[in-house]
Amino acid sequence: MKVLVPVKRVLDYNVKPRVKADGTGVDLANVKMSMNPFDEIAVEEAIRLKEKGVVTEIVVVSIGEPKAQDTLRTALAMGADRAILVTSETKVEPLGVAKLLKAIADEEQPSLVILGKQAIDDDNNQTGQMLAALTGWGQGTFASKVEVADGAVTVTREVDGGAETETLTLPAIVTTDLRLNEPRYASLPNIMKAKAKPLATKTAADYGVDVAPRLTTLKVEEPSKRSAGVKVASVDELVDKLKVLGVLG
Amino acid sequence: MKTLVLVEHDGHAIKDATLPTVTAAAKLGEVTLLVVGENVSGVAEAAAKIAGATKVLVADDAALAHMLAENVAPLVASAMADYDAFLVPGTTNGKNIAPRVAALLDVAMISDILSVEGADTFTRPIYAGNAIATVQTKDAKLVLSVRGTAFEKAAAEGGSATTEPVSGATDAGVSRYVGSEIATSARPELTSAKIIVSGGRALQSGENFTQLIEPLADKLGAGVGASRAAVDAGYVPNDYQVGQTGKIVAPEVYIAIGISGAIQHLAGMKDSKVIIAINKDEDAPIFQVADVGLVGDLFTILPELTSKL
Repeated sequence: MKVLVPVKRVLDYNVKPRVKADGTGVDLANVKMSMNPFDEIAVEEAIRLKEKGVVTEIVVVSIGEPKAQDTLRTALAMGADRAILVTSETKVEPLGVAKLLKAIADEEQPSLVILGKQAIDDDNNQTGQMLAALTGWGQGTFASKVEVADGAVTVTREVDGGAETETLTLPAIVTTDLRLNEPRYASLPNIMKAKAKPLATKTAADYGVDVAPRLTTLKVEEPSKRSAGVKVASVDELVDKLKVLGVLG
Repeated sequence: MKTLVLVEHDGHAIKDATLPTVTAAAKLGEVTLLVVGENVSGVAEAAAKIAGATKVLVADDAALAHMLAENVAPLVASAMADYDAFLVPGTTNGKNIAPRVAALLDVAMISDILSVEGADTFTRPIYAGNAIATVQTKDAKLVLSVRGTAFEKAAAEGGSATTEPVSGATDAGVSRYVGSEIATSARPELTSAKIIVSGGRALQSGENFTQLIEPLADKLGAGVGASRAAVDAGYVPNDYQVGQTGKIVAPEVYIAIGISGAIQHLAGMKDSKVIIAINKDEDAPIFQVADVGLVGDLFTILPELTSKL
């Protein structure tokens, strides 16, 4: 069974995002970039399915600048088999990404596509669901558990009130939530081996997909700041402050 | 503009998350509510009372039970022939369904809107809410999810909308509901609680949540939340998680106990009116957003605080 795992290169989750003074966006010059944490979880889940003998090949895909190669090499070092980089000069929106992934899925014929539930830069949480619509496949979003058996995948999903379980026929789409697994670190020998694994470079035009954006970002600003608070020295002082603030009845 | 709003419900009653979504939709134009599920006539009756809605469309079919996105989305997409905008609450349910609808309509979706700036322009948080983007769409139809904490709730009573059945639901045959584990609690739900008491990994165990956090929450009539670390460590279930990828809350009062204040946690609570922090580490980032901070050991502070309230 083949699995397709899309991965995105984003600002590292430990770095505090800074808004550029000119209002055009977040400053990404010379800052640490990493694989989107939810995508790491997706790659890890694919590798575990391979280790269980359920999956035979893992193909990772990234859509973006040429530097996204680094993210693909990390995925290959973790244990993916083959990578595809689709370069694009301009940012591709989730609908465009979904269309490209559909074209790639048509070629690759995977039984499962595992995506991160959202990218921590745009925080959209759309791509997996959009791909599911375009393919007509079932979608198991916000997965905290994935089990493949008998031509189907059973997904336990984290929902607002707790958890919900659904079974989807294969092929299907799964998006990962935080607690699905803890991703492995790539070992140095595996990082070296990854350099020899195949990485193909394509463009959106190669797939005949129109990825022209539908949205224009007019400006990006900082959120309003909270004014500084005070520190109290005892529980009694805290209780007094709570009374003054009207917190206590 | 004609808007269609997906009603969030549990099969019996409307969930609060629907109400701020109605307010957001009303800023765009006329509001029609959509109730989907199986045996939802009670929900539809309640929806008809929501102030500001002119009509309630009711799609009642076994194929729509548990709001399986594979079956709900095509129904919505075909209903959208008569509407200009589809809005969902920013709940896991709404976020599961709306993007599928957007792709079926071949339009972009704008997630988690914070404000309506125009008929085609909205603000939304990016980078865990560390930046706010103003975006404008070219598409003829809008698909939006609404951040509940950013809009006032429409009144749940006082409206008198007409109801109209919608037919044509089909089972795509690719998904099947197996079961749920949904928490039931006497405590207020996090997304609508006025006060939240939230614990971090410093609590060290689920036992400690029960012994120290819950009594304080009970005294205050508060909801109980947690940081990702506390959930990951197994102290409390995942539905307690407040943060960028958990629940986004903005209560009157948020009391953060033993929570360091990582970027991803702040993303979920920094719009609370009053933030109180209790932490052993005076340099913990949480103190930068707290209105009142107390540096000290939560194991002695909490029992004292609870007894003095």
